[in-house]
Amino acid sequence: MVKNIKLIAVVFLVIVSFFILLKGLNKTNNYSPNLNSSNIDFNFKAKFLYSNEQTTLYELINDKDFSLINIWASWCLPCRDEHPYLLNLNSLGKLNIIGINYKDSEVNAKKFIKELGNPYSKIIVDPSGVNSIELGAYGVPETILINNKSKTILKKYIGPLDDKKLTELKMIIKNEN
Amino acid sequence: MKIKILVLTIFYLIGSFNLSYAANSEKVDQISKNLRCLICQGQSVYDSQSDFALSMKILIQNKIDEGKNDEQIYDFLKSKYGDWIVYDPEINKNTVLLWVLPLILFVFGGILIFRKVSIK
Repeated sequence: MVKNIKLIAVVFLVIVSFFILLKGLNKTNNYSPNLNSSNIDFNFKAKFLYSNEQTTLYELINDKDFSLINIWASWCLPCRDEHPYLLNLNSLGKLNIIGINYKDSEVNAKKFIKELGNPYSKIIVDPSGVNSIELGAYGVPETILINNKSKTILKKYIGPLDDKKLTELKMIIKNEN
Repeated sequence: MKIKILVLTIFYLIGSFNLSYAANSEKVDQISKNLRCLICQGQSVYDSQSDFALSMKILIQNKIDEGKNDEQIYDFLKSKYGDWIVYDPEINKNTVLLWVLPLILFVFGGILIFRKVSIK
């Protein structure tokens, strides 16, 4: 009898661990951030790319109903791919698109905008990357949709925008109105 | 003679570059060792040379200069990136099993050994 219990216990343990590991296989190993956290510090200071004036994020997101903060750099290839999507979003007219130029040289950044067009209403620079960390960002490209009135994050995308994300963004803006 | 001076200057430059490179204060090292570099798997912010980690170290230095203590810096980063960023998870609803389970196993094992010994 005791032997039986031991056997059952072992088999049970093996089965349980099997299913735990099986479940773990399907889970992606990458950490996905808490996208619901609406914790943004709107008071951080940054300089504009095209002038030497200082501004705060608070001042930047005052126009229109929604703001789209896009972190980009001229050295970032996926940023090139997502640029047409930003131009597309800008043509909607409902969004105030703010660019954060991440760890970039001024000359290259301006060249990038000249070459591909400017979807941003304002561009600020983040040469040390500290502002992006304060926003809770991981790297480039990254896009954050903000409701200007409630000052909350509606959506956050890590990585370049694509067709799917573009439709989703448009849906969110439509539904929120 | 000229070569000697040249060599010495080069060594001096390399040395001063290294010094400025290692200028991270001990405090930054200490804090960044306990932070997970979120975009590089299995590395701490201290170990990593990724853009993310480098910026993070600057941010920590800034916060220290502002007079924030360790606790405030960890809390700030946790509010931005979640509990996952610290290697040392605090006890809460989600992590209670993590903390308590080893203790339970330890006690349980102890009981098993104790019983085996006393039976003999």
